[in-house]
Order: sequence, then C-alpha cells, then structure tokens
Amino acid sequence: MAHEIDPAFSAYPMRLLADAALQRARDLGVEHADFRFERIRSQGLSLRDGKLQGSSDGEDVGFSVRVLHDGTWGFAAAVDLTPEHAVRVAEQAVELAKVARNLSRARVEIAHEPVYADVAWVSDYEIDPFGVPDTEKIELLAARSLRALDQPAVDHVTARLDQVLENKFYADTAGTVTTQQRVRVQPVFEALAVDADSGRFETMETLAAPAGRGWEYVTGADGVVAWEDALDELGPLLAEKLAAPTVEAGRYDLIVDPTNLWLTIHESIGHATELDRALGYEANYAGTSFATLDKLGALRYGSPAMHVTGDRTARHGLATIGYDDEGVQTQRWDIVRDGVLVGYQLDRAMASSNADVLGTSRSNGCAFANSAGRVPVQRMANVSLQPAAGGPSTDDLISQVDDGIYVVGDKSWSIDMQRYNFQFTGQRFYRIQNGRLAGQLRDVAYQATTTDFWGSLDAVGGPETYQMGGAFNCGKAQPGQLAPVSHGCPSVLFRNINILNTAQEGGQ
Amino acid sequence: MTGVMTPQEIVERCLELSRTDGMLVLVDETSTANLRWANNALTTNGVMQERLVTVIATLDGSTGTASGVITRSAVTTDALKPLVRAAEQAADDNGPAEDAQPLVTGDAAADWFDEPGRTSADAFRTLAPALGDAFAKNDEQQRLLYGYLEHEVRTTYLGSSTGLRLRHEQPTGHIGITGKSTRPGTAAAAAHAGSAWVGQSCRDLADIDVAALDAELERRLDWARRSVDLPAGRYDTLLPPTAVADLMIYAYWMMGARDAHDGRSVYARPGSGTRVGEKLSSQPVTLWSDPASPGLECAPVALARASTAEQSVFDNGLPLGRTTWIQDGQLAALLQTRHSADLTGLPVTPAVDNLGLTVDGANGSTDDLVGGVQHGLLLTCLWYIRAVDPQTLLLTGLTRDGVYLVENGEVTGAVNNFRFNESPVALLDRFSHAGETVATFSREWGDYFPRTAMPALRVPDFNMSSVSQAS
Repeated sequence: MAHEIDPAFSAYPMRLLADAALQRARDLGVEHADFRFERIRSQGLSLRDGKLQGSSDGEDVGFSVRVLHDGTWGFAAAVDLTPEHAVRVAEQAVELAKVARNLSRARVEIAHEPVYADVAWVSDYEIDPFGVPDTEKIELLAARSLRALDQPAVDHVTARLDQVLENKFYADTAGTVTTQQRVRVQPVFEALAVDADSGRFETMETLAAPAGRGWEYVTGADGVVAWEDALDELGPLLAEKLAAPTVEAGRYDLIVDPTNLWLTIHESIGHATELDRALGYEANYAGTSFATLDKLGALRYGSPAMHVTGDRTARHGLATIGYDDEGVQTQRWDIVRDGVLVGYQLDRAMASSNADVLGTSRSNGCAFANSAGRVPVQRMANVSLQPAAGGPSTDDLISQVDDGIYVVGDKSWSIDMQRYNFQFTGQRFYRIQNGRLAGQLRDVAYQATTTDFWGSLDAVGGPETYQMGGAFNCGKAQPGQLAPVSHGCPSVLFRNINILNTAQEGGQ
Repeated sequence: MTGVMTPQEIVERCLELSRTDGMLVLVDETSTANLRWANNALTTNGVMQERLVTVIATLDGSTGTASGVITRSAVTTDALKPLVRAAEQAADDNGPAEDAQPLVTGDAAADWFDEPGRTSADAFRTLAPALGDAFAKNDEQQRLLYGYLEHEVRTTYLGSSTGLRLRHEQPTGHIGITGKSTRPGTAAAAAHAGSAWVGQSCRDLADIDVAALDAELERRLDWARRSVDLPAGRYDTLLPPTAVADLMIYAYWMMGARDAHDGRSVYARPGSGTRVGEKLSSQPVTLWSDPASPGLECAPVALARASTAEQSVFDNGLPLGRTTWIQDGQLAALLQTRHSADLTGLPVTPAVDNLGLTVDGANGSTDDLVGGVQHGLLLTCLWYIRAVDPQTLLLTGLTRDGVYLVENGEVTGAVNNFRFNESPVALLDRFSHAGETVATFSREWGDYFPRTAMPALRVPDFNMSSVSQAS
C-alpha cells in the first residue's frame, strides 16, 4: 500500500479504550461486543463567481460500543476518550439491550466470520487533500471559476469542493482488529445562464464524479478528468441548452450515458437489493423493496443483457474498504445475472437469520456506520452494471436509434418507497434522429417502473464506455446516516421509454 | 481532558487564546436517545453524547475582513490552542470574505452558566412499555408496526470577542409509526394489504400518546379494507397538514435571497432583482416563522457554523423575531444574511428554525374538510421530493402509506399510490379550501426540520403524473 495509517490517528488511545470496553462487556455477559473508534476529517469549500463563499473544516472523533446481550442489540457512543468513559459506554450499551429485550421478538444471532487479528487497509490515492494548503485549493477553484465565468453565455459560476479523510478502528470480542483509512474528493463547478428578458435560466455542471481518489484528481494530474475541456464546454453547452426546443412528450428510445445511469442504478437496483429493506426494516423511513426475499433466483429484473455486481473492493469506489463495520472482509458478488435477481447486500445478523433462503450463512460485508456515533446498518456496496465484452461504443449505440434521446449527466431524481416508479432528469438531453445527434432538447424527464425499464434494455456498451459515478450523501436509517457509494456502468440503449415534458407537467 | 472542561470554559479559553481581530466560539452539546422497530419488534437503539466546538476567527485586512472556521469534536484542553490557531490560519488563507460584517455585540445571558440539557434511555420509561403493548395488540390483530422514536437535547453556547455569551437549549422529540396489514396465511413481508403512517414531533416525550397514534393507524388501515385502482390524472385532492409541510418546507428552503438576486430561483424577477412585493397567490395565505411560537420554540438568535448563500458566520448572535415570508399572498421576505440584504436592498431576515402557514379565515380539521369532498383523494404524506424545474419550483415526489378515496364526504377505500409533479408556489394560489393551522410533523423532512404548523389544503386539480405500484 502506498500510504501508512496517519500517525495522528494511530496516536489516539483506541486500543486502551477498546480493551476497557470489551472487557467490561464480557464481564457483563454479552454474546458479542464490538468497539469502533473513528476520526472523520472533512473540509468543504464553496465559491461564488470565483470568491470564497464559505468554508468548513471538521474533525469528528469518538467511539462506540455495540453489544449483543441476551440476543438483543444495545448501542452507546461518546466522545470523552478515557478508559473510564469506555467502561461506562459499554455499561450503557448493555443497559439499553436489557431495556430492549422485552420489546424484541426473536433472538439476534450473527454470522460466524473469520477472525482478522490486527489488519490494516488504506485506500488507493496519491495525495492526501488535507496536506494541501488551503490557499492552493482556493486559488485553483477561483481560477477555474473565472475561466468558466469568462465565457459569453455564463452569468454566474458556483464551485464546491468536498474532501474527506476517514479513519476507522474496529475491535470485537472474537479477536478481529482492523485499522483503516480512506480518502475521497468531490469537485463540482456549475455555470448559470439567465435570459434577462424572459427570466428563464438554465444550469450546466461539470460531470466529474466524486471518487475515492486524492488531490491529484482535483488538479487533474492523474489524467482522469480533462478539467480545462470540462470547464470550457460549459458556456457553449449552456448557450445551446437555453436556445434548445422543448421536448415533445411521448415514447422514445433512450441512450443513457454512465454519467446519468449510475444514479438510476443506485435508486432502482442498489436500494432495491438491500436485504434490510426487503425485510421491512426501513418501512418507516427509506422504504422497502419490491425485490422481496421470496423472489431470489426467480425475479426477472430486466433483459438477459443485465449483469449487476455488488462490490466493495473496486479501486477508487466510494463504498470500497478492506473490512466492513462488523469486521467482515469485503468482496464482490453477483446481484443480477442474465437479468435475474440472484443476490442481496447483507450484514452479519441478516445473513445468519436468512441463511436457508440465501444459501449461505456468511455476510458479504455491507455493514457501515457513518461515524462512531451511529450504529452500523446494512449500507450499499458499489453496485455496478457490467459492460458487454466486445460491446458497442456510445456512437455505435446512437447509430442504432432512429428517433430517440441521449441523456448525459445527473440532476433530479425520485423513486417510490418500494423502488417501482422513478423519474429522472439530466444535465443535458440530445435528440437522436436517424442514428445521429441532432442538438439539445430541454424540459426532459424520463419516468418508468423499474422492471419495465430494465426489461427494455436492448444493448449494453463495451468496456471502453464504462465509467464510475457516485455520491457522498446516500441517506438511510433513523437516526439518519449518509454513506458514500459509487456505481460503474457502460452506456446503455433502452427502447420505448416514457418521456415527460416538465414544463407541461407544471402547467395547468 | 474534556471531562473537566465545561462548554463555558471551552468558550472562554478559546477567546483568551485569540490573537486575531475577532472571534466567535460555538459549543454544541448534544444528547440523544432513540428506539427503532420493525415487524412489531425493536431492531436498533442508541444513546449518544456528542460535542462539537466551532471556532470562527475574523481577521481585518486592508481589503476587507476574512473569516476562518474550524470545527472539532472530542476537544481536550491541550487541543484548544491548535484549534484556535487553525481557525486563525484559515482566516489568513481564505482572504477577505464577501459576507464580512461587524460581529454582533452583547452581554452574558442570565442562563449562560446553566449546564447542558441531557436525555437518556430514561426518556423512554413510559413510552417503551406503551410500545410493547402496541406490539402485542398488533400481533393479535395481524398488523405490523415499523417506526422510530427519538429524543434529543442540543444545548448551544455562543461566545464572542464582542461580549456575547448566549445559551440555547433545544429539546426535540419525534415519533413516526408505519402500520401494515397482513393477510392471514401468507408470508407477512410479501402480503402487505395496506400501509398507513402517523407521526408527531414535540419538545417533551410526555406529549406522545402511543395508544392514540396506534388507534389512528387502526382507523386508516380499516379504510384500506376496500381498495380501488385509479389511473393517473388531476384529482380533487386533500393534503393533510403533514403533506402541506412536506411541500412548504421545500418552498422555504429555496427562499435564499442571493439565489433570487442571481436570477436562479422561482423567487427571482425577470430582468433583475427579486419578486419581493409581488403577489404569489390571490389567496390570504401567510407563511411565517417565529422563534417564540408556542410548542415550536427555537433559537431566538442566528447560529451559523459555516457561511453559505443563506447564512453567515458573521451574523452569529443576530436576534431573530417573527418573520413573515409571504403576507396575504404577497412575497414579503427572503432568507437573508446582512450581506445579501445589502445586495438586494431588503431587510435583514435570517432563517428561523420553524415554519408556519396560515390561511386567513380558514377553520376546521382535515376530517371536516373531507366532509366537503364529493369525489376526491385524501393523502397521508408525500415522499422523495426533489426539484424538477427550479424556475417554477416544480417538484416531483410520491404519495406514501395511504391514499384514500373520498366519496360524498366520506372515506370509502384506499387507492394506489401516485407520482406527483407540482409546485408548492402554484398550489398556494390554486387551493380551494383550507383548514385551521395545527402543529404537524413532515414525513419527508421532519427528521431535520421538525417544527412546523400547517393547515390542510384542498387542491381541485392536483397533478398525479403516474401510478406507483408501491403498497
């Protein structure tokens, strides 16, 4: 690995606290206890027309103890880093488990997993963004903002850079001890054009995805994003969008670019194949899933061209890590194979209690808590649509469409509580006529039901069209937790999709 | 170590360490306890203590004043000096801030030396057994309950180099319960025949009556004994107060004066400027916030831990009072910082942490309004609301956990769910009937914005864009 665990993190007394907490939990008769100590460094910079609008610089340090006592979970967290407090937190967790016992129906058991004695894992990045002077960051963001602002069609430019350095230490009563570190960055520039006469306005964002990468991704030194090109196209694209004709609502063939499709995958496959949702645990909040456990191995999710994997090992993926928040080594597995539902995202308790149906009693490593102060719940792996070996390029896909629309970049998104009905917009929509792009359209949204949509998947692009998109802020659970996650996918051709005109939707 | 430092001592020590022209220190002490359940059984729970220290250094220069903001948890005595220096360095790095204004001056409040408020698992002493009773009853009656109960006390201490010593204690409780019917003889998870939701926020958990909430769920699940499929279309639709809150909170959050001034929101005037002073609705609607509103009490001063378009760290401690955002249908104010107020030439009206909507002359409950509907829909709540077109504030989203058919003034069955596409600004003009304003809890945003008071609104042509199969 290129980087060591940050010595400033290692210097915290986490092992001392873990020993104190876990010993107290053992003394109180738990079946299992785990201790997590986390430090999350975060920085956000926002600029408006090249001037710094706001900055935040956070460091969240704390620890928690989760116990399984008499078949019941108890969880407590605190920020005072002394062995005495660690003992007290362990006692609070056991106390809460006792309160909860009378309200719990079944005894919780967790999947047996191998013990990893004192292992470390660090994500793949070159430059820690927290080692870069703030002046350098602000100058870079300001110069880029002004480069976009100088373009004729652009009236205003906003820029935002979010950076996270996450350290997790985990120890449990079985003997697993993990220490991990990962870095992620999210740079976004948005240009705004306002037609002064009509007041009509449009925006256009850069398409660089948030990624598990370092400062080199922000500067462009790693060659992943051609930043100057990305900024220089904003003005011309905006001018074209502002002058574009409004779409005629109806059914169209759709080529969806990976910069848009990642979010549709996230909402309609990623969340729908979380087993906790399928079991109803999120019924009061994030919602459930149409893809219930009784349909495993039988549900036709989409066309046979559909191969979807869950993966917490993908290089630079935002959900990528070595071991999850229950000490389980991360992995890659199939979720949809040949268009059929074949797998779920799991944690240890769900894997154990549903082993008969799942055909395995092992977790696949999807437990995650967004800070020490939150209980781990099953969170999303990098759920990705696999490209077709030797499959077509995006241009080849477009050439297969007589009358359609090509969607680029994500914008608005919404899906129902069981992951059936969704509606998405995008950064830009191009009309396709006779196999060629024929200029932008505006006021476009696509709306479908999940299995109909994936059933209409006609062609999957080749590996050269594959890109990873993602988000820092996937929300789930109560109390609310945000999780970072990536989704890879190729360009894809869907046939006969319902397109709305959003101006008509809002009209009377 | 932190165990021996009080929040007040942290504030004073940071201010003593300050070497720059101005400093603000916010200490947030948060104590939370929660219970979560599914399928008539508890799933997760927790008791958490959190402390965040935010230091804001300001630095006067020849071209303006800069600010630097650093936030840390788990702060030890030894860590305060590096924390203050880091904030000062950030101010130096950041350069002059556009939102720079003189820091607010003041004195120590009478409650400054009070300890932070706390909660614990004890908060559930009466509610936990009540939940247990509800689980048992629902087991017997073949219904399943899913939900979440939380009690949080956040105490914020704000100190400044200009003399401010302010303390605000914010207790917040909320509960949401989703109930589902199950058909006999089939796997419960696969056979939800109906779904309903109730929710409530409060300051004190003693105000929550689990048995009453469960009775309301039972009434709604009974309505679902008859189910009716309806197609997409425009319906005479009754939005209860919680659904109105789902929409109005979004309309409020989009009220940034700077965005309107830039021309990028529904509140922007074509050409230039904002729509303040313009009629948004021909109806006598008033959208307001008030830190002293009974039951919805919230911070009476601005508290900003970072500058954004809608808030400024320089405004920390600015007194907040009742603010009318829309008065008699006319846009009256936008979310301002002192900086954006200068830009727009409008009064300084910072965001307030509660929201109310009142319709002059309206009265009656949601049930009363049902009585006037010949053929229409009664919603429970809205979900997954996102902006589709910021120009008109067209929002999309879905109905959730109960859409009911109303015929001749009575609920006669449950209807499938829908996706809607509507603008809350347009709805404020188009509604045909309104009820009295009552405290309510938004399903969509309540976990983050729990203090709202709304009327039920009846909209004669609510746009249900497509059918959702979710049940």
